[in-house]
Amino acid sequence: MMASTIFRGIQNHPLLLYQTALFRRKNGVFYCTMKSTETQTATQEKQKPQIKNPPRTQTKTSDKFSKDYEAVIGIETHVQLNTLTKAFCGCPYNYGSPPNTSVCPICMGLPGALPVLNSKVIELAVKVGLALNSKLSLNSKFDRKQYFYPDLPKGYQISQFDVPIASGGYIDLDLPVEFGGGHRRFGITRVHMEEDAGKLLHSENESYSQVDLNRAGVPLLEIVSEPDMRTGIEAAEYAAELQRLVRYLGVSNGNMQEGSLRCDVNVSIRPIGQAQFGTKVEIKNLNSFSSVSRAIDFEISRQVLLHSQGQGDQITQETRLWEEGAQKTVTMRKKEGLADYRYFPEPDLPGVILTKEYVNSIRDSLPELPEVKRRRYEKMGLSMQDVLFLANDVNVAEFFDATIAKGADVKLAANWIMGDIAAYMKNEKLTINEIKLIPQELAELIASIKGGTISGKIGKEILFELLAKGGTVKGLIKEKDLVQIVDPMEIEKIVDKVLSENPKQLEQYRGGKTKLQGYFAGQVMKLSKGKANPGLLNKILLEKLNAQS
Amino acid sequence: MLATLQPPRTLSRFPLYLTSRPVTLCTLTAQSPPSTSPPSQPPHSQILSIRHSLLTRQVTAAQLAESHLSRLRLTEPHLKSFLHVSDSDAVLRQAALLDQRIASGEEVGPLAGVVVGVKDNICTADMPSTGGSRVLEGYRPAYDATAVRKIKELGGIVVGKTNLDEFGMGSTTEASAFQVTANPWDVSRVPGGSSGGSAAAVSARQCVVSLGSDTGGSVRQPASFCGVVGLKPTYGRVSRYGLMAYASSLDVIGCFGSSVADTGILLHAISGHDRLDATSSKREVPDFASQFASINLLESKPLKGLRVGVIRETLDEGVDTGVISAIRGAASHLEELGCSVTEISLPSFSLGLPAYYILASSESSSNLSRYDGVRYGNQAVADELNSLYGDSRAKGFGPEVKMRILMGTYGLSAGYYDAYYKRAQQVRTIIRKSFKTALDENDILISPAAPSAAYKIGEKIDDPLAMYAGDIMTVNVNLAGLPALVLPCGFVEGGTAGLPVGLQMIGAAFDEEKLLKVGHIFEQTLQNCRFVPPLIEDDAAW
Ligand SMILES: [Zn+2]
Repeated sequence: MMASTIFRGIQNHPLLLYQTALFRRKNGVFYCTMKSTETQTATQEKQKPQIKNPPRTQTKTSDKFSKDYEAVIGIETHVQLNTLTKAFCGCPYNYGSPPNTSVCPICMGLPGALPVLNSKVIELAVKVGLALNSKLSLNSKFDRKQYFYPDLPKGYQISQFDVPIASGGYIDLDLPVEFGGGHRRFGITRVHMEEDAGKLLHSENESYSQVDLNRAGVPLLEIVSEPDMRTGIEAAEYAAELQRLVRYLGVSNGNMQEGSLRCDVNVSIRPIGQAQFGTKVEIKNLNSFSSVSRAIDFEISRQVLLHSQGQGDQITQETRLWEEGAQKTVTMRKKEGLADYRYFPEPDLPGVILTKEYVNSIRDSLPELPEVKRRRYEKMGLSMQDVLFLANDVNVAEFFDATIAKGADVKLAANWIMGDIAAYMKNEKLTINEIKLIPQELAELIASIKGGTISGKIGKEILFELLAKGGTVKGLIKEKDLVQIVDPMEIEKIVDKVLSENPKQLEQYRGGKTKLQGYFAGQVMKLSKGKANPGLLNKILLEKLNAQS
Repeated sequence: MLATLQPPRTLSRFPLYLTSRPVTLCTLTAQSPPSTSPPSQPPHSQILSIRHSLLTRQVTAAQLAESHLSRLRLTEPHLKSFLHVSDSDAVLRQAALLDQRIASGEEVGPLAGVVVGVKDNICTADMPSTGGSRVLEGYRPAYDATAVRKIKELGGIVVGKTNLDEFGMGSTTEASAFQVTANPWDVSRVPGGSSGGSAAAVSARQCVVSLGSDTGGSVRQPASFCGVVGLKPTYGRVSRYGLMAYASSLDVIGCFGSSVADTGILLHAISGHDRLDATSSKREVPDFASQFASINLLESKPLKGLRVGVIRETLDEGVDTGVISAIRGAASHLEELGCSVTEISLPSFSLGLPAYYILASSESSSNLSRYDGVRYGNQAVADELNSLYGDSRAKGFGPEVKMRILMGTYGLSAGYYDAYYKRAQQVRTIIRKSFKTALDENDILISPAAPSAAYKIGEKIDDPLAMYAGDIMTVNVNLAGLPALVLPCGFVEGGTAGLPVGLQMIGAAFDEEKLLKVGHIFEQTLQNCRFVPPLIEDDAAW
């Protein structure tokens, strides 16, 4: 098609492309729920394995100065909205489709084509605005942001300039326990709607580039934070909380590897106590929460080092790229004055008018949001570690909520989900929606153990059966004859049998070797096929063992 | 090859055109009272005649198409109204298909057999669409503009793409990258612009009706220059989908015809909400044609009670005296038809021109960004990105377009936005309000469509300000988003047979109906005027 026109000589910067995640911290340091799908597309170059922890000498040299400075961090996040069609045309968008297969005259910017707003974009923007406690503009508009780039078909991006759909607001989050925990509230400056650009595909020998316009016109929300963060961890957690929020709201898959959630961070440092901001540096190419955190920490160290060496003036307003391989930021382009995007109101689109009724109806339809959920879990008596785990993934949280709604014990339900169920999901690389176990059966399982119908050990066996194959707890117990033996007479019979079959050990026991009690208990349990109620078993066994002594 | 060279004689066989009345020009000022001289044949609706003769089997669509094609072939070397003429086989095939449907008693659309010219900045899927620009030379759109699609669906046959000033930026067609169209009244003169090709084509009967576009007068001024009827609809009445954007908040697709009825029927065909254009109106489209009362049924004062305001500022200094007297003549004609005519003032009138040029240039600087040579159109050979952009655009755009892009870029730049773009928008609001007030007190407003009749090719080419000043009569209407109808009302001296002068009637938003009704009565009662250019005067059919 026309859109794949090859043009020569575009200065190739492979890092402009979104790469697959190369690096991820173990065991949910950031409670991010990225699926471990490492889909390689044609656009993504294979990378060599990365060094996980490169030596960071720079950090060490500047450590002694870092206590004198504080970092000021703000984040611009682009969230791709998961509408069925693009923002201004009827094309669907599916990540990874062959280049230029999801395009039309409108998103290709053909002469004469006009944008028509997909009203779903407004709905999702309002949801996010409300969830971020922002003030909605009942009367906003679209503007054109003008610049030339081959991935921008019209030569301008339809965006919002002076009247964003939402402004002000904040987001609450809890820092992970391993980072000292603590509650944080970070300010939100604004939320606005805009369209995404296409992608450039660079040839192997970098002699030409091609344009893929599948992504052009996909709706985005740009969420700008206040410069409220002070550390890489805070910034990464802010991004993770945004991801959680958009997933809770169901407005985006929030996937960083696919570019559905992209973060550009601004970092500056200033001596502690100084009110004035230092020169800020923008960092791009952050494809995971850990790269957000590490890139910021690197950048802070770099700036502190320059300051401490009296070279603070070398910190210039520029855009730097995070290089995942080298674990450092490098200059991408220096900013020479402010870019003039010549914004003006988009004449092809009418103003965006929201009625109070519309806003209220959306507010009423909002789900329970992460912060509220966490506070509720906390009140239920769960530890912060448990709270963060359960509330991290909206689907896990919903599973948990459904389980306790069926009457399951809160702590037990949490333990099962965070323990065996989570381990199973991890091993099998499944999400909680993909396992065969349903909340009702987990509740049933917990009740069956608590009520003594089955033992904990049998419970575990049943759990794995349910996880893999589904079915009901009752059905499995019946089918496999797993009901716990709670009849004392029956247990007594088994105990008698074991004692009579082990006269030598019995003699030894009665001779004072009481440790053998465990041996007898094991034998009884074995003979009962694990079904004997452990309490009863021990009680009866002890009575029998000590009866004639 | 031989078969295509048919003698134009075939034309005279069409009974519907046999009105061979001697040419009598109305007096230059049209002051003579209409009742004293014998009525000349009023301009009839070609579309209605075609429909009648097709359905009564007096003529076939193929014959009609062939006659237009042959006249086109004869006149085109003198006029150059078309940038692209449809393959005649394809045109005749479409006509034959219609004939088959008529023969088998099937319904045919209201534009069946109507040969239509389409301005080349309106996309057509099966033909080149260049917008008159080198940057789109050879470009064939992937789709039909909504207006074109509707015309085709209603049986219209697109005969070709008409010439224009590049992307609609100009008033003469001299800014076309490919050719200059001549005025059929005097081939040494411009046809007006930017829709000069569409106006000339209808004037010379190369097609029955045509589509133009009007951003600041690009339908109305050439209609005036070429002695045809031009209709600029209310902004939002006709979908802009498929119209190459010049200034999105001002652009409208408009209609040319040789009669008010024809422009009304064409407008009806292309109007209505389009889900592909967010600025298109959801208002219902009235059946404009039902308004057209036959001249025989008219009372003596058919427009009794209609309040007509003559815009004083448009009959001021800088307007040719011949034009002024033609308009005053038209005003008294309206009075005789029963209108109450008063002179009114629009104090903001003179502000329109600078506001228009700032807004139109600003929007165009943005709209033309997509012509970057990356995806379609002419791409310069370059070894890095900036040269690719720079060279493609430097070679692709003509000087007028470049000037407007520069002006518009300047007007939107940081630090200048408030002084230019924002200020112009404020002026626009004032203009809109003053029109609203005037139209609350009057049913229609009238003015010339241009300060002069057609001028010579090359006359203003080196004086852009003089050319821009020529738009004074029309730009305010675009800024206010109102509908306006231009129809020939008289002549001034010039050429061999005089040069036509157009009367502009401005109506309230979405009140095209009233304009068409008044225009229809006006043209039917106008005495001793025949707006057939000398170029085709020999043609017995006229
Ligand atoms: Zn599309």
